[in-house]
Amino acid sequence: MLTIDKAILDAIVAHARRDHPDEACGVVTGPIGADTPTRHIAMENVERSQTFYRFDPMEQLRVWREMDDLDEEPVVIYHSHTATEAYPSRTDVSYAGEPGAHYLLVSTREPEVTEVRSFRILDGVVTEEPVKLVGGGDELAVQSYMFGQTPTTVDYECRG
Amino acid sequence: MAVEVRIPTILRSYTGNQKAVQGSGDTLAELLSDLDARHTGLKGRLITDEGALHRFVNIYVNDEDVRFLGSLDAKVSDGDTVTILPAVAGGALGLLAAAAYLGR
Repeated sequence: MLTIDKAILDAIVAHARRDHPDEACGVVTGPIGADTPTRHIAMENVERSQTFYRFDPMEQLRVWREMDDLDEEPVVIYHSHTATEAYPSRTDVSYAGEPGAHYLLVSTREPEVTEVRSFRILDGVVTEEPVKLVGGGDELAVQSYMFGQTPTTVDYECRG
Repeated sequence: MAVEVRIPTILRSYTGNQKAVQGSGDTLAELLSDLDARHTGLKGRLITDEGALHRFVNIYVNDEDVRFLGSLDAKVSDGDTVTILPAVAGGALGLLAAAAYLGR
């Protein structure tokens, strides 16, 4: 399960909405081993594309070094899909290189409702997990998000 | 003196969980071959069968992306730090289309 502060999720969704129809991407770092995302960093999508994203390699080096200095790790790696569902594509799975991270996908295809789903991606296997919001205190505000509710496992490697 | 190579979490199974290892060589290609002698399999995760740098990783010599330093021909010297990071990328586009789009 991904447990994330509502203010951080709001900031991620705002970033995705701001960059729509291009894909937005970023990371939320946290103390090593705590599995708690605390520091949101909106990254540049160097591709500026509606169907592809890539962290700017130089910005990534800076941010990853900063994490090292602060004894942090990438707890959440997020990006948006702007015309399709919030589910990892084959491309997402191929690139998933942070075994400890929660891969958060945000779909902005519907203007009114934002779909938010979280996944573990390990050795080509996608496992959906629940998302738990904390720190919001305002139950009504959560309702503009649609969370994936049914954990499923998809193994792309087994599909010819 | 040697070249320090910083290893990302996903590749630490090749280095006995060490975050950094030491290697030597005049170019990135030589350095990776040297590392592979002690950390078997590491090179194969960084270089494709065709002998090019894998698109799933970023490699830096000090503060520079090696893609701008001649890729595998990038020069390295004693005292340099080489950092390997997983490229963070993806998106709705299919993998083949993405590869074509990126031209590699």
